[in-house]
Amino acid sequence: MLSGVTMLDLARFQFAMTTVFHFFFVPFSIGMGFIVSIMETLYVVKKDEVYKKMAQFWGKIYLLSFAVGVVTGLIQEFQFGMNWSDYSRFMGDIFGAPLAIEALLAFFMESTFIGLWMFTWNKFKPGLHCALVWISFIGSMLSAIWILTANAFMQHPVGYVIKNGKAQMASFWALIANKQLWASFPHVVIGAIVTASFVVIGMAAFGLLRKRDVNFHKKSMRVALWIALFASIAEIGAGDYQTQVEIHEQPMKFAATEGVYETTGDHAPWDIVANLNTKEHKNEGAISIPDVLTILTYHKTSGSIKGMNQINKELHAKYDKKFGKDMSYYVPVKTLFYSFRIMAGFGALFALLSILGLIWTRPKKNTIENKRWFLGILGISTFLPFVANTCGWFITELGRFPWTVYGLFTIADSISASTTTGELWFTNIMYFLIFSTLGAVMIYYCKRQLDMGVADTLERGAY
Amino acid sequence: MIDGIDFLQLLWFLLIGLLFMIFYFTEGFDYGVGMATKFLARNDQEKHLMMETIGPHWDGNEVWLITAGGAMFASFSDWYASLFSGYYILLFFTLFALIIRGVSFEFSAHAETEHGFRIWTGTLFWGSLLAPFFLTMMFGSLIQGVPIDAQGNMSLSFWNIVNPLSVVAGVAGVLLCLIHGINFLRLRIDDPELSERAASLNEKLYLVAYIGEVVFALLIFFQTDFFKLRPISSTIITLIIIALTAWSDIALIKNKQATAFVTSGLTLVAVVGLLFNGLFPRVLIATDPAHSLLIKTAANSKLTLEVMTIVALILLPIALAYIIWSYVVFRRRIKVTQNA
Repeated sequence: MLSGVTMLDLARFQFAMTTVFHFFFVPFSIGMGFIVSIMETLYVVKKDEVYKKMAQFWGKIYLLSFAVGVVTGLIQEFQFGMNWSDYSRFMGDIFGAPLAIEALLAFFMESTFIGLWMFTWNKFKPGLHCALVWISFIGSMLSAIWILTANAFMQHPVGYVIKNGKAQMASFWALIANKQLWASFPHVVIGAIVTASFVVIGMAAFGLLRKRDVNFHKKSMRVALWIALFASIAEIGAGDYQTQVEIHEQPMKFAATEGVYETTGDHAPWDIVANLNTKEHKNEGAISIPDVLTILTYHKTSGSIKGMNQINKELHAKYDKKFGKDMSYYVPVKTLFYSFRIMAGFGALFALLSILGLIWTRPKKNTIENKRWFLGILGISTFLPFVANTCGWFITELGRFPWTVYGLFTIADSISASTTTGELWFTNIMYFLIFSTLGAVMIYYCKRQLDMGVADTLERGAY
Repeated sequence: MIDGIDFLQLLWFLLIGLLFMIFYFTEGFDYGVGMATKFLARNDQEKHLMMETIGPHWDGNEVWLITAGGAMFASFSDWYASLFSGYYILLFFTLFALIIRGVSFEFSAHAETEHGFRIWTGTLFWGSLLAPFFLTMMFGSLIQGVPIDAQGNMSLSFWNIVNPLSVVAGVAGVLLCLIHGINFLRLRIDDPELSERAASLNEKLYLVAYIGEVVFALLIFFQTDFFKLRPISSTIITLIIIALTAWSDIALIKNKQATAFVTSGLTLVAVVGLLFNGLFPRVLIATDPAHSLLIKTAANSKLTLEVMTIVALILLPIALAYIIWSYVVFRRRIKVTQNA
């Protein structure tokens, strides 16, 4: 075996890999649920067959993403026990409840109603049929709420007591009322809608580039562009709101996303790129815009941002008794700094692309087909939300370093004592192979569906 | 309460048992149908037909397993932590099976070539076979008592996992699911010829099942403490298992399809009942009895159990209502369609 690679590294790698992969498909399918619901609602309201075709054609993509989302999600429930059993023992009293509620409330709802929806196009009246897809979308949103309830506790523990070395629930309402939850939920769900809209926009752009089903793809694209416009603007607000919560609750995470080592003056500049020295904890020069960081942070023109070096000292003062002097409270700064720039940059790009797209697809002055360069950009942008989502999760999860449960329980303490590095190597390699295969097949079938065209795709049945 | 176990602790032990029972009853038949695609179907149309009988339901059925796991995590996190980390490899194989099976429905619907369709119906078959095998094998292994240390960590040897009882349990799980799936299939299809073929396969399978159940019972008698600890109830449940199989067998011969289906499902339920009856008042049996995980010590806090009880009382009936509705919607028998 490769020496130096510890069980902790392997377990962390596995968690990162499996959740990132799962989180490709979760936002994709939540968002597709919304878009397909809107399309079918348009069909019910306008009674125009083209919207039914849209709901069916994109519905197939929805079902694909849902299936891969489900199977990659199975691992999540199992791996807390498999790789992180000490974490499960510590956190189970709190973590288990939201997880069980997620299954009881959300998973049954999503899976039953999506099953009903896919097989009843010819059985139910349009209105009732449309309700089914809405319910499955609502189910997936509920699922997001409950898993984020668990995650919010890990980010910002509330409503608990420590008894016999374990976290015990003291108030269920406090868990649900966690500010962290209601800051991340809109960000995640709106992000999911942005993700799926750009999948539809991008795939439709590929269709237009090949001059297939031109009217269908133009119409689909316009529906998705409207959704993308509202969602990407709302996402900027949601992201900002979450940042406001982070500043108070996880200052280290926030300072790292901005690369601030030393506490700033009242007019902090915003670094576009920075030369970060993570060994000596220094920001060694940057290209920056004056004052902007202060304005972004406090929404006013004056205010200082606490730097990581000061926060590290404060955390040492607070936690040394419990975790010892040797802990490092610095998070992976470079990863957070650049993840944030990619995520936020793409977020702004999505808003811009949807505005341009809407301008160029106006019903009468329809010029998008002639702008092949723009269609090309839209095609590429199919993949960008996935990058942005992953960056977002890097910030959320790595920014909690060195804890699994903020301030209470470290990553190093969380691991299973009974697994071996051999087992972890084996499962890591297997998961990697399975996931890359699933991802490749999924992309291939999406592409094939586009190649096949609308008529042939729907000929094969609605599911 | 008994042995210092609180009411809520007992309730959640029973509920987890119930969730596994419903899981085996419902996902049991769709594993069976998944396996039957290989054993019964003569062409791709018949495979399509079989898959369509479980198409709307299989995903919801799988949620019973997720709910059972989630409930275990929520109400007995020490049990969940020890079990899942201890049976690492078996659970990985179970997951693997569930993954290749879970994507098979959508992927095979998207496959354009015969070759592609073969691959994804192949993963459906293997996934449907291996998932109940590894899962039931785990149960067959853990009831014998395994090495657990004072912290609750297991250290399983190869022979703790692979032994006569665990392998027989795995095979029996697969066999009972297959029988149950074929009974479900016969209820859902309008195809006398296929139905006849299915019935004649099942008649043979019941004979194997009787032998399997007797071997299984004997191994439990010798390899576990179930019959020493609870001789009467263990004997009664064992007899019920065999009686249910016989009932199901007779119903099949008399062509009472619904009865055959319900009783084959209840056979699986009774098997889970036997295991949970024997486990009580423990949740995991250690070779050193002092290290066994007990209901009263592995249970989570009273508040968590109360919250979970209220949640389950509200949500379970609602979920059951729409799940049952979905079976009502798809109650009509289906035929092979031309464009499938």
